[in-house]
Amino acid sequence: MKKKLCASLDEAVADIPDGAQIMVGGFGGAGFPNNLIQALARKGAKNITAISNNCGTHDGELGIMFKNNQIKHVVAAFPGPHARYFLERFAAKEVTLELVPQGILCERMRAAAAGLQGFYTTVGVGTEVAVGKEERFLEGNRCILELPIHADYALIKAQTADELGNLTYRLAARNFNPVMAMAAKTTIAEVEEIVPVGAIHPEHVVTPAIFVHRIVQAKGIRYAG
Amino acid sequence: MPAKTRLTREQIAQRAALELPDGAYVNLGWGIPNLVAGYLPKGITVYFHSENGILGMGPRAKPGEEDFDQVDAMKVPVTLTPGASFFHQADAHLMTRGGHIDVALLGGFQVSEKGDLANWKIPGSQGPGGIGGAMDIAAGARTLIVCMEHTTKDGAPKIVKQCTYPLSALACVDTIITDLAVIDVEPGGLFLREVAPGWTPEEVHELTGAHLIVRRQIPEMSFA
Repeated sequence: MKKKLCASLDEAVADIPDGAQIMVGGFGGAGFPNNLIQALARKGAKNITAISNNCGTHDGELGIMFKNNQIKHVVAAFPGPHARYFLERFAAKEVTLELVPQGILCERMRAAAAGLQGFYTTVGVGTEVAVGKEERFLEGNRCILELPIHADYALIKAQTADELGNLTYRLAARNFNPVMAMAAKTTIAEVEEIVPVGAIHPEHVVTPAIFVHRIVQAKGIRYAG
Repeated sequence: MPAKTRLTREQIAQRAALELPDGAYVNLGWGIPNLVAGYLPKGITVYFHSENGILGMGPRAKPGEEDFDQVDAMKVPVTLTPGASFFHQADAHLMTRGGHIDVALLGGFQVSEKGDLANWKIPGSQGPGGIGGAMDIAAGARTLIVCMEHTTKDGAPKIVKQCTYPLSALACVDTIITDLAVIDVEPGGLFLREVAPGWTPEEVHELTGAHLIVRRQIPEMSFA
């Protein structure tokens, strides 16, 4: 059996190179893989493209990586009022931003996961989001073409993993994590607890093990603000 | 003459709550809409949706009972109502975009006479702004109600012929509820439905940047 369990957070992110495209789960303070983010900050990988709903809460979440100037481009729906280090880097033109409607961000990742080359949507028609995108008239509506978002890695947070990588999530900490797990080439899951194979009832698995490549156990960290 | 009294944000929310049909699936956006849950009329049950993957959100959690894995779109710990469910963000927005949400209430910076909405960035403000879920919700909700002040802090109309702020979606707004009026957006234009107590249609019109159609005697808003 292929071993997915990592002995440490640092080992879990050890091969992430400079320039990697990385999806990072979490929303509203819940479901952020904060331990993995800190491990990546320690490793010091540079020129990262980050794909995440927001851009950090002070030092927390992606904040530390903007503080360290490790991120050159970010794809996000809502950078956020407490994304202090992102806002400083953005004002200094040290980081670029693609702002994407939140549901479209999800679907572009899901398209990548599903092997689809894009889709048409009415969301964003006539707005800044539509600039430079192909427009068509479908089913009576103006639509724009949205392309998939791929990633080399996804850093996600789940509650429980079995040793195969089947995952369950806690409450609304699920958010972006399942779709990112499916979309990236290599998915690294930070989990609160690891249980033996078979200990998660098959009906309760949310992310099937096929999407999960590395598992590391860590006590979740949460940032207020 | 002393300035006339406008509705408070809470009163706008209270009026907006009357628009919710029994049994509806409802999404509440940032700002005034977030207050609407507190004003549901007796006998009306609705199911609140949150874009981070909750259906069946209840009131805010009491101090000491918060679980920070169970938050609403504004990061506030919430309770659940019986029959609630969790799902991931892609399915949460499939619900908004796919026409599964009966009524969405959003805040607004500007609404045009065609029902275009601008609600994610104020020109000249610092930083890049934030779209969040607003574009998906505006494009997909079956009924979209915008709750906002009728004018800006400087007195400029927020209901305008054409939006000058960055747009969220075209021709998406069905009803506008402000501190001065209830206005329906229809193919023929903006129809004044109600005015705030003590205000006349002419006075409301003067503070509106687009033509308001008055097709009958306009009643004052009621709140119950």
